[in-house]
Amino acid sequence: MKITMRFWTALVLSLPMLAEMVLHPFTGWMLPGGEWTILILTTLVMLISAGPFISSAWASFKKHHANMDTLVALGTLTAYIYSIYAMFKHLPVFFESAAFVITFVLLGQVLEAKMRSNASDAIGKLANLQAKDALVKRAGKFVSVPIAEVVAGDLIQVKPGQKVPVDGVVVSGISSVDESMVTGESMPAGKKPGDQVVGATINQNGTFEFKAQKVGRDTMLAQIVAIVKKAQNSHAPIQNLTDRVADIFVPTVLIIAIATFLVWFLLLGKSAGTALVFAVSVLVIACPCALGLATPTALMVGTGLGAKKGILIKNGEVLEAANNLNTIVFDKTGTITAGHPQVTDVVGDKHVLAVAASLEKLSEHPLASAVLQAAKKSQVHLRAVSNFRAIEGQGVTGTIDGKEAFAGSPASRAAGTISDELTKQIATFEQEAKTVVVVGLAGKIIGLVAIQDVPKKNSSKAIAQLKAAGLKTVMLTGDNAQVAHAIAQQVGIDEVIAGVLPTGKAAAIQKLQQTDKVAFVGDGINDAPALTQADVGIAMGSGTDVAIDAGGIVLVKNDLMDVVRALRLSRKTFNRIKLNLFWAFIYNVLGIPIAAGLFAGIGLVLSPELAGLAMAFSSLSVVISSVLLGKAKI
Amino acid sequence: MTKIIIFLIGIVLIGFIAWWFFGQHQVQAEQAVVNDDQQNVDIEVKGGYSPERVVLKKGVPATLKFKRTDASTCLDHVIFSDLGIDQKLPQGQVKEVKIDTTKPGVYDWACSMNMFHGQVIVK
Repeated sequence: MKITMRFWTALVLSLPMLAEMVLHPFTGWMLPGGEWTILILTTLVMLISAGPFISSAWASFKKHHANMDTLVALGTLTAYIYSIYAMFKHLPVFFESAAFVITFVLLGQVLEAKMRSNASDAIGKLANLQAKDALVKRAGKFVSVPIAEVVAGDLIQVKPGQKVPVDGVVVSGISSVDESMVTGESMPAGKKPGDQVVGATINQNGTFEFKAQKVGRDTMLAQIVAIVKKAQNSHAPIQNLTDRVADIFVPTVLIIAIATFLVWFLLLGKSAGTALVFAVSVLVIACPCALGLATPTALMVGTGLGAKKGILIKNGEVLEAANNLNTIVFDKTGTITAGHPQVTDVVGDKHVLAVAASLEKLSEHPLASAVLQAAKKSQVHLRAVSNFRAIEGQGVTGTIDGKEAFAGSPASRAAGTISDELTKQIATFEQEAKTVVVVGLAGKIIGLVAIQDVPKKNSSKAIAQLKAAGLKTVMLTGDNAQVAHAIAQQVGIDEVIAGVLPTGKAAAIQKLQQTDKVAFVGDGINDAPALTQADVGIAMGSGTDVAIDAGGIVLVKNDLMDVVRALRLSRKTFNRIKLNLFWAFIYNVLGIPIAAGLFAGIGLVLSPELAGLAMAFSSLSVVISSVLLGKAKI
Repeated sequence: MTKIIIFLIGIVLIGFIAWWFFGQHQVQAEQAVVNDDQQNVDIEVKGGYSPERVVLKKGVPATLKFKRTDASTCLDHVIFSDLGIDQKLPQGQVKEVKIDTTKPGVYDWACSMNMFHGQVIVK
């Protein structure tokens, strides 16, 4: 029989007894048939609703195990059997205790099962996000096929309002896509040919076609689901104590209950009935379920909440480690900075950028795209270039409108004459760790373009907040010290470790670990050893699969503010675990002595019914506390 | 006299509980049989798991078939925390859990309240 059915049966059968218990003191009303009716009602409860407790308790007893069912079964059976004996001996009976305990315990289990499925909802919702089918080009036409039949390399069309079925790269069409379900980012992302699209995200306005790259278990969503699933079932080290307690808990409680009976009956000379009530209360109140649920439910909700915001916490161990951090180390390029150089300053008139961009358009130098982008942004008109030539390590030259033009290093002799003012300006830029491109026309330098890999929009804000949370911030980079210090100053980083080779990053972390608990934030393949070495590795979203494997926390979005959010979430989840454990422990630590009648002298006693109710609500309160974590702001 | 007898019964009961639950008892273990490059083990879920310890051969795909015959909600999920598996066990149905046997090791499983435990050994 289903547990809800068992609960309703117990409730309906207990209600007449409850009515008598409430009405009798005032009106003297009793159930027709008296104790016989009560015996029949309770026997039905024991058979129908309590039966499974008893058979489960017996099955586990045979395996040398004891659990909550053991306590409930023993407690209620004791009350029930003693009452039958007492009935024939004309002593006071307490059948209703057995019936009420069963009702309350079942009520607690029904509610708890509901809350628990609420808590684990996040993962089910995530898995359901996936599209069911895709418009795939087959034999020259787009046809709808089930998602399972899509293979990498397929050309897939996505219409407005449709879900992107798998991960891939746009080949034609322009649209904006709502990626919030995967990244937690609420702003839709613009997509044009060459851009990546992620499965399960929703196309908003345009139609586009893309080439499938990752399907099935390789898609980002599938990976997120896998990570969250693993995290939700993981263990936190804080749990170790409760694991040990749970093993010895129930048998210990059985022993305490017997001792309670012996003390009340033999030492204090109370009646067997009174002594049994105390013993039964002890059995019924003491369930370690709340202890067992404290950590897993909070982990489940915490990691689920993170997943919704694009923050994946791999397991309980990471979560616990994230709470003891005092230093956070950042990779520079791609983590603090955007990872691609941008034009920060242009000295001279519009002409300067136009000449530079016209020349760079033909160049393959990494800095060229920064100049071109700046030119596009300020809408300068590009000129025709003839006689284009790249001078290795110096720059590029060509003829524009019949005049010799140059763009490149200030050290190049091809640059031409330069004014004192510009020379001074170059020195200033270089002090700021910017790369300077001088622009020359007809043998004279007409202006400068300064280029730098600039910090991302949120970098300084995130670093300020991490510092406010008491963390020391460190930048670890392979770049030279001047560039590193310039960026560090802009974003407010405390300490810089520069000139470190990719292979030396893990060693640098190890050195810091001698005194500190260290988190490392990085994104590239070369960051993987450092991510693994750190106490907490935080892999940024644009990162590679290797980095994602190595990180304990994975940020889907490439936003440094998510580091702040991830640490905040870890703290909140861990604090909730501690709170849950505290309540679960305190409840047993206080509940058992009260139930045993230790405080009977001051009138503080627990009837078995109340003990049953308390038992039901201890685990329920822990689960509710965890579910509430899901409403936390991060 | 009655009091002495009751006292003695109590003491014996306490002793029995301590011996029965805390003493060293052999757990039921089962070595999986390999058939057609596949190993299956049936696990009955009733007041715990039988067998409680399963030995699997490394490298051979393995499936544990859990069947819960116990009405207790205590056992309604089986969780392999190292493998990221949380399998619901509806009463009376057989639920299959695939175990990755590529790496040798010991993987624990437990019910959702962590009261009942079992172990997979891959070697």
